[in-house]
Amino acid sequence: MEIAANITLSALAQQFLVGLSRTTILFIVSSGLSLVLGVLRIPNVAHGSLYMLGAFLCYSISLFFGGGSTGFWMALVLAPLCVALISLAVERGLFCHLYDREHLMLLLFTFSFMLLFKDLVKLVWGSDYRSLSAPEILQGSFSVLGMPFPRYNLFLLVLGPLVALGLWFLTNKTKIGKIARAAAVDREMVAAVGINVSWVFAAVFVIGCFLAGLGGALVAPTQNITQGMDHTLIMETFLIVIIGGLGNIWGALLGALIFGLTDSMGVLIWPQFAIVFPYVAVVIVLMFRPKGLLKATW
Amino acid sequence: MLEVKDIHTYYGLSHILFGVSLTVSRGEIVCLLGRNGAGKSTIMRSIMGLTPPRQGSVVFSGENITGKKPHHVARLGIGFVPDDRRVFADLTVGENLEISERKGGKLEPWSIERLYDFFPPLRRLDSRKAGLLSGGEQQMLTIARALMTNPEFLLLDEPTEGLAPLIVSMMEDQILALKEAGLTVLLAEQNQRTALRLSDRGYIIDNGVIRFHGSIEELRANEDIRRKYLLV
Ligand SMILES: Nc1ncnc2c1ncn2[C@@H]1O[C@H](COP(=O)(O)OP(=O)(O)OP(=O)(O)O)[C@@H](O)[C@H]1O
Ligand SMILES: [Mg+2]
Repeated sequence: MEIAANITLSALAQQFLVGLSRTTILFIVSSGLSLVLGVLRIPNVAHGSLYMLGAFLCYSISLFFGGGSTGFWMALVLAPLCVALISLAVERGLFCHLYDREHLMLLLFTFSFMLLFKDLVKLVWGSDYRSLSAPEILQGSFSVLGMPFPRYNLFLLVLGPLVALGLWFLTNKTKIGKIARAAAVDREMVAAVGINVSWVFAAVFVIGCFLAGLGGALVAPTQNITQGMDHTLIMETFLIVIIGGLGNIWGALLGALIFGLTDSMGVLIWPQFAIVFPYVAVVIVLMFRPKGLLKATW
Repeated sequence: MLEVKDIHTYYGLSHILFGVSLTVSRGEIVCLLGRNGAGKSTIMRSIMGLTPPRQGSVVFSGENITGKKPHHVARLGIGFVPDDRRVFADLTVGENLEISERKGGKLEPWSIERLYDFFPPLRRLDSRKAGLLSGGEQQMLTIARALMTNPEFLLLDEPTEGLAPLIVSMMEDQILALKEAGLTVLLAEQNQRTALRLSDRGYIIDNGVIRFHGSIEELRANEDIRRKYLLV
């Protein structure tokens, strides 16, 4: 067994960057999940399906606009918006009547939506996998300490902090963000000062789902777009949200970093068993901080 | 201004209010006296629409508000100060006030600036997280937050509970100042001294039923009633 043999500095750097780009996707998707969980108290199991939907929509919208660079950029903007629109309809049509029910009900409800979206995707796109190429400007790679690093990943690395910054701004600097933080803890008092909490919830739900769609659209050029792509992701994002602290988007960032980096470093250290590293990290975190790393809003 | 007629309110299966009726006229401070668990807070929650009554009606300024959603009730001009304070703990004092701001109302409008003049200790706490304030400071903040919605009518649930004597008398002065400013107040109290000092009229509630109502002079004179329903 060759564990950790000849790990060079450049390989380390390369895997580190790969891990960070994975972190970006994981963060974008799990921050959305965390937002919805924290403010609306809905454990949205269908969040992964929205991610998958985002990826398929990105593919189709890109084709619709003739593929290539234009297609991709249009799709990157429109696919998450479509996902947001669908989630708005679901929220206004159904979830908004259910907020007073117990969590188990909501969980089952989102579960049924996961199944529904799965069939919907199968119906529309069939069971073949799809693939989409990155726009020209992001194709190819450049070298980091002599190792190739895909340009598209660099793009993800730039985007991740931007999304984090946007979320920080939204939750701390805008009125709706402040209201959402108040409603996460005490929705009754938010209503008692004359705020229609229902619309605040709708907005937060839509933003959360938008992030799932954005994650899906962003991941589309990096892997096959398949029926089952939501499965591992939903599991990963729930674990990330749990180790980060329920409802805390900075916790989601921390969790995504842990998950993304242990995953990529694991590949370097023990390739055959790389997949277990993040899960071991989760177990270790939960042993020491059963409620997650940062303060949960629950 | 406010007319509560024969309301029955439940928490799930437990029947709490049994046909409660009361009225409050414009410009009055009316107190609601009663022991622990008598139903004072439940009356306030019923008016606010947080726990809507299953029977009976609540009419405010001529409008039937029974069963209306709390945010509608708030927008019609009723401010709510709950007994357990419930400031938005994760937000700063300033943010607590900012998100509660609502234009309108018939009285002189409140602004954050005017509220800091009204409750001076809050000014230097502007950027402090509300969860870190002392009990008295939180109480000022909950009242200030309710005032930011520019209400004409205030539901004050035990505003002096658990406060140091000095703060209690300061709070009493501020409540009287609010009356001067034109607000109408329904005040729930266990503290008889505060209630008798501030109010024009009073109701005594026990086990979800109104046992007595009258002017504050009558209430002060009628020691039997007070002993019977208020002594623990
Ligand atoms: N959320 C609830 N669920 C079930 N029962 C409740 C709930 N809140 C209050 N009660 C019950 O309703 C009754 C009236 O309570 P309420 O809070 O209105 O009394 P109160 O007069 O405000 O008392 P206090 O002076 O302690 O504030 C009590 O018996 C209490 O146990
Ligand atoms: Mg009470």
